[in-house]
Amino acid sequence: MLAASAAPRIDPKKRAVLDHRKQQFAKAQWVEQDYKHRMNFYTVPPTGDVTLEQFEEWGIARLKVLAELEACQFRNKSPAETEEYMRPVMEKHLRLSSNRSRSSELAMERKKDHYSHWTLRLAFSGTADLRQRFARLETQLFKLRMQQDDGVEKKAFIDSLPMSWETVGDEEKSRWLDELKAATSVSKTDEESWFKVDWEKVPELVERRQVLMKRGTAYVHVREQVNMVVSEFSRTLESGLELAARFLPRMDEDNRLSPILHHLSQSFVAPDAGYSEASSISDMASINAGSIDALSENFPLCMRNLHRELRKNSHLKHFGRLQYTLFLKGIGLSLQECIVFWRKSFKLIADGNKLWDLCFTIHALTLCTDKFKSEYLYNIRHSYGDVGGDANRRGKGYTPYSCQKLLTEALPSSGQNHGCPYRTYTPDNLSTLLQSVGVSDQKLLREVRDDVGKQRYHIACNKVFESAHKPELKKVQDQKLWPASELDTILHPNTYFKRSFLLKNLGKVQSGDIGVDGPTQQSTE
Amino acid sequence: MPHAVSPSSEGGSSSVREDETMSDAPAQEADVQNNAQPDAQDDAGSQGPGALPTTTNATSTRLEDMFDGDDDDTDEFSSSAQSKPQDSSQPAPRAAPKAQYSEPDTLRQFYQRLFPFRPLFQWLNHSPTPQPDFQNREFAFVLPNDAYIRYQSFATADLFRKQCLQMTPTRFEIGPQYSVNPRDRKTIRKASSFRPVMKELVFDIDMTDYDPIRTCCSKAAICHKCWQFIVMAIKVMDAALREDFGFQHILWVYSGRRGAHAWISDKRAREMDDAKRRAVANYLELLRGGDHGKKGLNLRRPLHPHIDRSLKLLNPYFQKEVLADQDPWESLQQAEKLLTLLPDKSLTAALQKKWDSTPTRTSNQRWADIDSVAEAGNLSTLDAKKLVEVKQDIRLEYTYPRLDAEVSKKLNHLLKSPFVVHPGTGRVCVPIDVRRLEEFDPFKVPTVTELLREIDEWDAKNRGLGERERAKVEDWQKTGLKPGYVAGLLKEEGRGKRERHEEAGAESMEF
Repeated sequence: MLAASAAPRIDPKKRAVLDHRKQQFAKAQWVEQDYKHRMNFYTVPPTGDVTLEQFEEWGIARLKVLAELEACQFRNKSPAETEEYMRPVMEKHLRLSSNRSRSSELAMERKKDHYSHWTLRLAFSGTADLRQRFARLETQLFKLRMQQDDGVEKKAFIDSLPMSWETVGDEEKSRWLDELKAATSVSKTDEESWFKVDWEKVPELVERRQVLMKRGTAYVHVREQVNMVVSEFSRTLESGLELAARFLPRMDEDNRLSPILHHLSQSFVAPDAGYSEASSISDMASINAGSIDALSENFPLCMRNLHRELRKNSHLKHFGRLQYTLFLKGIGLSLQECIVFWRKSFKLIADGNKLWDLCFTIHALTLCTDKFKSEYLYNIRHSYGDVGGDANRRGKGYTPYSCQKLLTEALPSSGQNHGCPYRTYTPDNLSTLLQSVGVSDQKLLREVRDDVGKQRYHIACNKVFESAHKPELKKVQDQKLWPASELDTILHPNTYFKRSFLLKNLGKVQSGDIGVDGPTQQSTE
Repeated sequence: MPHAVSPSSEGGSSSVREDETMSDAPAQEADVQNNAQPDAQDDAGSQGPGALPTTTNATSTRLEDMFDGDDDDTDEFSSSAQSKPQDSSQPAPRAAPKAQYSEPDTLRQFYQRLFPFRPLFQWLNHSPTPQPDFQNREFAFVLPNDAYIRYQSFATADLFRKQCLQMTPTRFEIGPQYSVNPRDRKTIRKASSFRPVMKELVFDIDMTDYDPIRTCCSKAAICHKCWQFIVMAIKVMDAALREDFGFQHILWVYSGRRGAHAWISDKRAREMDDAKRRAVANYLELLRGGDHGKKGLNLRRPLHPHIDRSLKLLNPYFQKEVLADQDPWESLQQAEKLLTLLPDKSLTAALQKKWDSTPTRTSNQRWADIDSVAEAGNLSTLDAKKLVEVKQDIRLEYTYPRLDAEVSKKLNHLLKSPFVVHPGTGRVCVPIDVRRLEEFDPFKVPTVTELLREIDEWDAKNRGLGERERAKVEDWQKTGLKPGYVAGLLKEEGRGKRERHEEAGAESMEF
């Protein structure tokens, strides 16, 4: 008999229902969902309207939270530390109130949580690597929130989930009580309540012999329920991401969302940080060409390295100059002072008194006048938005480069020094460089080497920062001088500088007396 | 190549396992009879080949030149009478054993006449018609020149048999079923789409892991005394797999020299991924590598029901097989080891003192000494309850199964197939009936040469029978292999099928 004829015929009316995609889009469901629980399993995609700005903003906010969570993990924080660290971060970016709080923002918060999850799900479904990372972090976030959740609401949420477990009845319980207790190591104070699942659902508990096994059924204690929910969440999310990846090509037709999604997924390499005007310290201290040398103590390694190279060779190649100029602009150096700074830096060649310097003198002098003016000067002014392009559109020129930018751009070739040294230097050279700027802690150097090996460049940089400012950070934390959000992971060289500068001048900032040491006379050349 | 035979016609051959396996034999015999082509029986012995064209064609050429094909219609009197004494199976006792077991001729005869390809096929295929279960299954051959060929796969059992006859592998291993035919693995575009999808859950117990605790033999050698460790292991594992995990189709196989393999063919077991396999393996594994020494086993108390049950199962064995037979702490040096397992200084000091004064004590006595010395008040850090726990740990250390767990943890791990010949000993890797576990004697498992000789002897003895009668007797039926060993596989396979609800019961046995 032919196999095809053996298949039971499906009633035509019923058959239409089988295609879930058709079912899903059969009638437009562009409705706002109401969120009964604080937690969300994210099984249903959002169907309400959302503006493009919200789409991106919410995604970025969630990304920030996930990035901080990952940073905690990279720094081997204990669960308790992580929770403490994450609380203000989540409060700031992705607040979720409980039902009890009766917050008026409740619906909005939950909508934001829901939509941002789906935004990122789209953004990170592209490659297997991103999917895996996203699923891991989302699972952690889910777990973290689960722990913070109120007991009653947590129970209500768990009960609302379509999980395939069955509570162990009283009769069965009394029959196996001793074995149940022995298997699940229940102490006297614990609740005597178990549920049954197929053992395949809880392999990690079986592996540790934490469940009672009876003919393929695992008897699990209720305290494991949260873990099971979390692993179920992880499972559904992983399969959901695979599914999203398959639908991703459809997005190509939408030229509004693709750039946003691309940008978001890029941000995952190192979370992007926008440059904010607040990174400048020009309001606290006057910065001029002469004070850069002193301030370079507070520069992050990428900029400090450029500064050292500049001082050593009296020259920097184009991309190094660009990176450094923008950074200097970011810390509050004015255009005029910046031009002075560069001109003086290049001119130093002529002041050298070694024999071969003579050969360069003529060249350098020419450089000062012609080449500097024609090329370098223009570039500096261009960076500041003083010249070039359409005057209406150039605004304030380029923004200073973030860590993400430095970590994703092309690697420098020989003679170039731009980029993030944690990425561009070999581990040995990096150690030498760090030691030459005063990092001598062997343990820290080993950790840096380890992080760099795992491509966690910004984590390594943050560790160096924390080590360099240990006493100040402790003081700030102990006295709660700064809000916690000011102590999150550094993702921008200018943030690094600002924070470093403020910490080193902790007492002076408060008394309003910051004098930057060094020559203050203005060069008028 | 099923040819029916009436049970009564096999009385002449000597069978080591016949008596033990007869209990379930009648049912199996009946099955085998059903399977045989009735017309082959009815027509005539000379027409036999016609009933099974493929197999007979494949074999007949070789039957001609070296053997009297019993279902062949050549002049059997002359050929059988002359060829048998010089047959390749005959010089067995004189030749060096190892070379001879893996002699291509011997192996070819083994595969041709004895190896149960059909049952093996059914066991792996889970259906009468070839399925991807079998067709995409990896086989790995170890050739007589020690070459190792992986990723072999076969569309049917006959093709499999053909290649075995051609290559005469000294042994072959069974791997997982892959998502695509393993032979085509290089032609697919994406390497990631070639992945293992299912395999039986397997366990490997090897006597070498028992070397720290056995006193009778070491390395590859085994004796009846230390075989008891395998018996204990099978008991404990079988109980756990059946009662805890609910597996039903568990096939235990003697590995040919010094251990046993378990093949679990339940659908649920076959479809497990690596994480689940690891979970099962770790659930069952208690003694991880080497000496545990003072640390003990770090078991939670109260004991997990699985360990508790295992301990109850093992207690009688500890008294007899370990303390009495192995006598692991007989000499003073050996007793040192027992002392290191006791984490109480004053207890060990008191025991040491006692044993120094009476150096000749059996392990049984030393074991009893622990309690008597402890009762005399020589405990410092331990209380009576803790001492019981320490003693439980020691008992487990000396009796609990020692698994080669890595084999079980990976879906794509290969394991030697049942029924192949162990190249070192020449013994056939026969299934072990767990219900008659104690009766299984690894030294009575037939070697390939013995089996071939048995065929020859049977043929010689029954030369008087007519052609027709002789044609009805399968080669394996003339040997000690009948019928229990093959029945073991058939039984597992038959049950597996019923579970799948694919075919009607009668139909399922037809092949």
